[in-house]
Amino acid sequence: MKKINPKKTDFIRKVKEISGQNIGLCYQCGTCSGACPNFAESDILPRQLMRRAQLGMEQDVLQSKLPWVCASCLSCTALCPRGIDIAKVMEAVRLLSLRENIDYVNPRELSEETIAKLPQIALISSFRKHTA
Amino acid sequence: MKLSYLPGCTLKTKAQDLDLSTVAAMEALDVELEELPRWNCCGTVFSFADDDLMHQIAPVRNLIRAQEQGGDKLVTVCSFCFNTLKRASLLVKENSDKLDTLNTFMDEEEDYTGNINVVHLLEVLRDEVGWDQIEGKVQNPLKDLKVAAYYGCTLHRPKEAAIEPPNKLEALNDLITALGATPVDFPDMTTCCGSYQAVANPEIVINRTREILSSAKESGAEMIAVSCPLCECNLRENQKELGELRMPIIYFTQLLALALGVDPHLHQCEKNPADARSFLESKGLLAACTAAE
Repeated sequence: MKKINPKKTDFIRKVKEISGQNIGLCYQCGTCSGACPNFAESDILPRQLMRRAQLGMEQDVLQSKLPWVCASCLSCTALCPRGIDIAKVMEAVRLLSLRENIDYVNPRELSEETIAKLPQIALISSFRKHTA
Repeated sequence: MKLSYLPGCTLKTKAQDLDLSTVAAMEALDVELEELPRWNCCGTVFSFADDDLMHQIAPVRNLIRAQEQGGDKLVTVCSFCFNTLKRASLLVKENSDKLDTLNTFMDEEEDYTGNINVVHLLEVLRDEVGWDQIEGKVQNPLKDLKVAAYYGCTLHRPKEAAIEPPNKLEALNDLITALGATPVDFPDMTTCCGSYQAVANPEIVINRTREILSSAKESGAEMIAVSCPLCECNLRENQKELGELRMPIIYFTQLLALALGVDPHLHQCEKNPADARSFLESKGLLAACTAAE
């Protein structure tokens, strides 16, 4: 019998703990992939991220573009037939990087034009989602 | 009628037209929006993490301010504020342990009792004022104006915090109808505009804008009515390269103010490459609205 890899189960436990979601429920129907408006900007689809998370493939999940092009629109969550709040899983994956102090955007690098153009809710929500 | 009102940060700066048109239109409908004397940023996005109670402090503190004012409702019109405050109010209502922790943390404020109902302005218009009442008060019917009602994400997702059931997207269309305009059959009412990706991945927002505008154009719309200041900015700022797809973007509260014959505060609209003000002027809809000058 193959031994259980404790590193993999630890990653799965963390994702479940932060998201509050049972990722094991996913049966790979792909509804989330069809619903995601930003899949074209990602390297893998939401369904594929869910499978990799179920299998504890930490590096594949953490290095995927998907959680970073996610706009938290909740289209996946609204349609999941298994009742998984997939947007919360994406947030958990983002937080596993952010809590290691790995930021996705650097507020200091934003152009003056961007800051002048965008409303506060755009800047603050981006910093909330993309910085530690 | 007097209701507690939280405008939010963006409505006091980049989206003043949304705040001013809201207050003016509601006054014309005999609803006084009483701004909370001490509100703070709601945090803009609801924290999705189960182990993160810290980011619920800001929204719950706003709920305490509403409670201090004595009402049982808190009105917001910014879609971000609405979603964040509504979800925070539901979270602490369903989790008394989390509420206890938050109440223990707040020292200056009274305890939050969990009884503030966060409502969006569209809900106030539908449930407190009523479409018939609004129709009766229209001075300047928006005749021959074809409008695409665009809700974006946060007024309808998740369903627990939605202003209406997901299979019943009616409020904004009902309002447009009450104002004398024609709502078009628009399939992308709740399609995401790309939201905060405007900062890190602006190309996402450009793609979303193209899709939403072409869908609105195909539906026969002449302009898009929005509620969210970020949807407004994203859809307005990214149409410069879109040629034939260009379309004026307007807050639903500006349409409401215009129809009620009060100042719709259209100055912000002039930033639009497809200028909402000159478009409305060409339709002859600004003539009846003296305050619009």
